Amino acid sequence: MSGDPRATAPPRPSQLPTVTAVAIGGGLGALARFGLTRAWPTAPGHFPWATFATNVAGCFLIGVLMVIVTEIRVAHPLVRPFLGVGVLGGFTTFSTYAVEFHNLLSPGLVAVAFAYLAGTLLAAMVAVFAGAALTRRLAGR
Amino acid sequence: MTALLVIAGAMVGAPLRYLTDRTVQARHGGPFPWGTLLINLTGCLVLGALAGATLPGPLFTLLGTGFCGGLTTYSTFSFETLRLIEQKAYFYAAMNVVITIAAGIGAAFAGFATTQAIFPV
Repeated sequence: MSGDPRATAPPRPSQLPTVTAVAIGGGLGALARFGLTRAWPTAPGHFPWATFATNVAGCFLIGVLMVIVTEIRVAHPLVRPFLGVGVLGGFTTFSTYAVEFHNLLSPGLVAVAFAYLAGTLLAAMVAVFAGAALTRRLAGR
Repeated sequence: MTALLVIAGAMVGAPLRYLTDRTVQARHGGPFPWGTLLINLTGCLVLGALAGATLPGPLFTLLGTGFCGGLTTYSTFSFETLRLIEQKAYFYAAMNVVITIAAGIGAAFAGFATTQAIFPV
C-alpha cells in the first residue's frame, strides 16, 4: 500500500495513435486542398473560388460526420481524429481565407473582398447546418 | 515534390492543432471554443507574416499552404458555432463568429505589415 497517489493512478492511454491519425489525415486533407487550388487557380484580384469551395464543402462534410459519429453509431475511436480533426481540418483553412481577404482589399476590389469574407461565412454556416440536418433526417432522427 | 512539401507541413500543423486544442480546452472548461480560436488566430498571424516576407515558392508551400493550412480550420470553427447555436448559447455563437473573423483578419494584416516593414520589397 502506498500513500503516493501517483502509484495508484491508472496509466494514461498513449496519445500516439490519435496524433498519428490526425497527422496522416491532415496531410491527405491538405493535399486535396492543394490539388483543388492547382486545378482551379485564382487570378489576382478575383474571387478565390477554390478556397471558397474547399471551406464550404469541408463544413458540409463535418456536419455529416459529427452527426454520424456522435448520434447515429459508435465509431472506432480513431475515426473522428482521422476524418474530422485530420482530413477535414487539413482540407479547410482559416488562415488562407484571412490572407486572401487581405490580398483582395484594394481600391476597386473592396466589394469583392467583403463578398468573399461574408459569402464564405454564410455559405459555411448553411453548409454545416445542412450537413447535420440532412444526416439526421436520413437516419430518421 | 511540391505536393510532398504540402503534406509534410500539414502533418506537423494538424497534430499541433489537435494537441493545442486539447491543452487549452482542458484548462478552460465551458462551452466557448477557446482552443480553435487561439489556433486560427495564430495561423492567420503566421500566414500573414509569411505572405509579407515574400518567401521563395517551396518554402511558402511548406510553411504556408502545408503548415498554416493544416493548423487552421474552417470546418471545426463552423461546427463549434453550430453546436453553440444548437445549445441555444446564441451570445457565445455570435461572439465566436465576430471575434474569430475580426481578430483573424487583424492578425493576418498585422503579420503582413510587420514582415513587410522588416523585409521591404
